[in-house]
Amino acid sequence: MSAYWPSLFGGMVLGLSAGLLLLLNGRIAGISGIVGRLLGGHQAWVNGAFVVGLLGGPALYAAAHGALPAMTVSASWPVVILAGLLVGIGTRMGSGCTSGHGILGLARLSKRSIVATASFLLAGVATATLAGLLS
Amino acid sequence: MSALAIARITVALLSGALFGYGLSLSGMVDPARVIGFLDIASGHWDPSLMFVLGGAVCVAVIAVAIQRRLPRPVLDTQFHIPERTDIDARLVGGSALFGIGWGLAGFCPGPALSALTTGLTPVLLFIAAMIAGMLLHDRVLAKAG
Repeated sequence: MSAYWPSLFGGMVLGLSAGLLLLLNGRIAGISGIVGRLLGGHQAWVNGAFVVGLLGGPALYAAAHGALPAMTVSASWPVVILAGLLVGIGTRMGSGCTSGHGILGLARLSKRSIVATASFLLAGVATATLAGLLS
Repeated sequence: MSALAIARITVALLSGALFGYGLSLSGMVDPARVIGFLDIASGHWDPSLMFVLGGAVCVAVIAVAIQRRLPRPVLDTQFHIPERTDIDARLVGGSALFGIGWGLAGFCPGPALSALTTGLTPVLLFIAAMIAGMLLHDRVLAKAG
């Protein structure tokens, strides 16, 4: 169980971040939405500032814990590119990703977000499991 | 730029930094951890992502409860919250496409963006492809249909 404390605390920090943005700025912390609006040139300063903060995450972690977080990418480059395209198209078509639908949508008991989260979790589990079995 | 605008930008920067730190602390920047959760037949399933989502939703529920008692956010005249309730094919299909991409590489938008500063080539490729996908959707697909 103790191995999961960082996951639980890290998750709570995500909730705190989303809560601050909601209560102070009145905005949903949905990363695909924020990036999409930034690409469209909407509220560039506010959305840009969020992305700059996000980019600083690993550095903050390194400052607090003495090392960068572990990261292993095992997918090949062509698969990574295909995955990026699908994530880009899918999150914009489905109006959100793991943050907007997964965290805030579930907290708001939004019917659309519950359906979206079920859809991307099922598709993610099916894809990763199939890929695992085939490799 | 007004003081209010500067305050909003500062909040966004702080919120983004907290989000990035949370992603690093929780292990979600590591695609191997994400795949370890999504691959249920690997024989060594990693439940961490459930704890991440559970912790995040618990805190967010408190924030939403406070939000519903407030007439407006501290730094704006109104809340900007999606009001749609219809379930359509774009929502389900788009989310499924996202899930397939997520399951292939173990990256979703937040962790991948946050991991850009690690300078790993696959992260750069993923973000370039993701941005291309978003632009393709917003500027071509959404307008075509």
